[in-house]
Amino acid sequence: MSDQLILTPNIDGADDFYADLLTAHEGLTKADSDALNARLVLVLSNHIGKRAILKQALAAAALQPSEESK
Amino acid sequence: MNKIFEVPLYPYERHADQDAPAPVRRKVVIIGAGPVGLAAAIDLAQQGIEAVVLDDNDKVSFGSRAICFAKRPLEILDRLGCGQPMVDKGVQWNLGKVFFDDRQVYDFNLLPEEGHQRPAFINLQQYYFEEYLVNRVKELQAEGAPIEIRGRNKVSAIGTHPDHVTLEIDTPEGSYNIEADWLIACDGAGSPTRTMLGLDFVGRVFEDNFLIADVVMDADFPTERWFWFDPPFNKGQSALLHKQPDGVWRIDLQLGWDIDKEREKRPENVIPRLKEMLGEDVKFELEWVSIYTFQCRRMEKFRHGRVLFAGDAAHQVSPFGARGANSGLQDTDNLCWKLKLVMEGKAPESLLDSYDQERVHGADENILNSSRSTDFITPKSEMSRVLRDAVLDLSEHHAFARPLVNSGRLSVPCTYDGSTLNSADALQDGPARTRPGSPCPDAPLGDEFLLPKLADKFTLLTIDAEAPDVIEEEGIEVTRLALSVKDDRTMALKERYLGDNDSGVYLIRPDQHVAARRGTYDDNQFRAAIRRAVGKE
Repeated sequence: MSDQLILTPNIDGADDFYADLLTAHEGLTKADSDALNARLVLVLSNHIGKRAILKQALAAAALQPSEESK
Repeated sequence: MNKIFEVPLYPYERHADQDAPAPVRRKVVIIGAGPVGLAAAIDLAQQGIEAVVLDDNDKVSFGSRAICFAKRPLEILDRLGCGQPMVDKGVQWNLGKVFFDDRQVYDFNLLPEEGHQRPAFINLQQYYFEEYLVNRVKELQAEGAPIEIRGRNKVSAIGTHPDHVTLEIDTPEGSYNIEADWLIACDGAGSPTRTMLGLDFVGRVFEDNFLIADVVMDADFPTERWFWFDPPFNKGQSALLHKQPDGVWRIDLQLGWDIDKEREKRPENVIPRLKEMLGEDVKFELEWVSIYTFQCRRMEKFRHGRVLFAGDAAHQVSPFGARGANSGLQDTDNLCWKLKLVMEGKAPESLLDSYDQERVHGADENILNSSRSTDFITPKSEMSRVLRDAVLDLSEHHAFARPLVNSGRLSVPCTYDGSTLNSADALQDGPARTRPGSPCPDAPLGDEFLLPKLADKFTLLTIDAEAPDVIEEEGIEVTRLALSVKDDRTMALKERYLGDNDSGVYLIRPDQHVAARRGTYDDNQFRAAIRRAVGKE
């Protein structure tokens, strides 16, 4: 189970998180926003750590069908 | 200017072959007296096989060129009898600094693993490297070994036949012909041999130019590797500073694609760039300037009948990671023992196809690593630059991002996983690093080390295990090296070769790669492993 990407609701306080995300980008230029996103991806990827999950996340982000829904 | 570039090391001399009424047949002819060709000749000649090296020049290569030699090639050079002068002269370093924009983002210590005779790598100009190899050739000649270098002998035509190769050679005194049982082409990335035989060389071109400058300076820069991403003195590009012997520093500056090469190479354009990088007050002298572009590509096959390709002639990589000359030496290390057994009739000719199989695998690994470094150093799209810069920005603050910074992954030898010469791993839960196909890691044995004890022949390494002192299987003689874990108080031998096992028996190839291993000696199993390791199973 632990090698499975979670694709069901999992964020505690979803609206608050989303607001934090927007706040982080507020007032930034496009270039700075892109850089922030890139750093965020790297920080989160490192936290996840597992290549199998990261591969599933890349596929999910590319809007490819996940294993179960195929 | 350094004198070494000017003095002919192997001046042209008329050879009896030039006056022979019919072409003389030689055993092995090697084209190219660079690091790879010389290593091949030494390897063969010190085992009694005639090696004739032909080179269109008569001097060491001009400029420092390859400067970083890794541990595995140094171990190979030890076997060839010339590792020590390289290590004595070379510069060793373990510290590095990474800069991004106008600031240092982090520094690192390579902390090489202990218990190895040789350092992780040394920096040494290619001209010294070649000089020491030529010295070894002369030493072998004095001992009567069948080796010679013919300077200013340029091969102008090659004819291939099922059992030999014909060569037409131009010299200052006209041309002559010889024949060879085998031909090894070590004539570099632009290999004329490859062109003459009409063979492919495909891969990826990187649209970039790099300026290399060797400068002599009395600066108190420490012996460290400094790498800059996007520095103020070379905006949008990269730079590298690396120390070589004799107070020579290698500086690499990325220039981009649309440049005027001749203009950039002129001292009046190079010197201001270097001053910006090193500081206005640093006094330096330009020794050598060159601009290079590079490609990552290889031949589809390294063996074409009686013609074998090695080094840059067979595969080319970017310079990041020092995988050019280093992998070339691993090519000839792999090839020479096989060629010897085939020439002596002790192995089928098909054993040479395993050279192709194993070294293509090595080349692909090098091409992969060097392409990845290049993609990090010179991002190819806007988003790859955004991600690259994000890694660098994070690396200043968080350790996790530092392994993602890629300014060249330093050359390590590859494991020949899946090679047809390997026997199945029969050492239960044995260490992965010594599985069949792996290059033997060194280990300390009191005041000595393991690798120098492995000969040019097959070795049966036993650790706390019984076995015959000599095995002979279909003409292949295998000598036992009997060790005990007690021989190494640091326990590296146990950790690297046994893991949790109490004993182990290894069949080790002449190139120091593991062919087979088991917990104890089994006559039938090891005899089968010997046959398999020489391409008979």
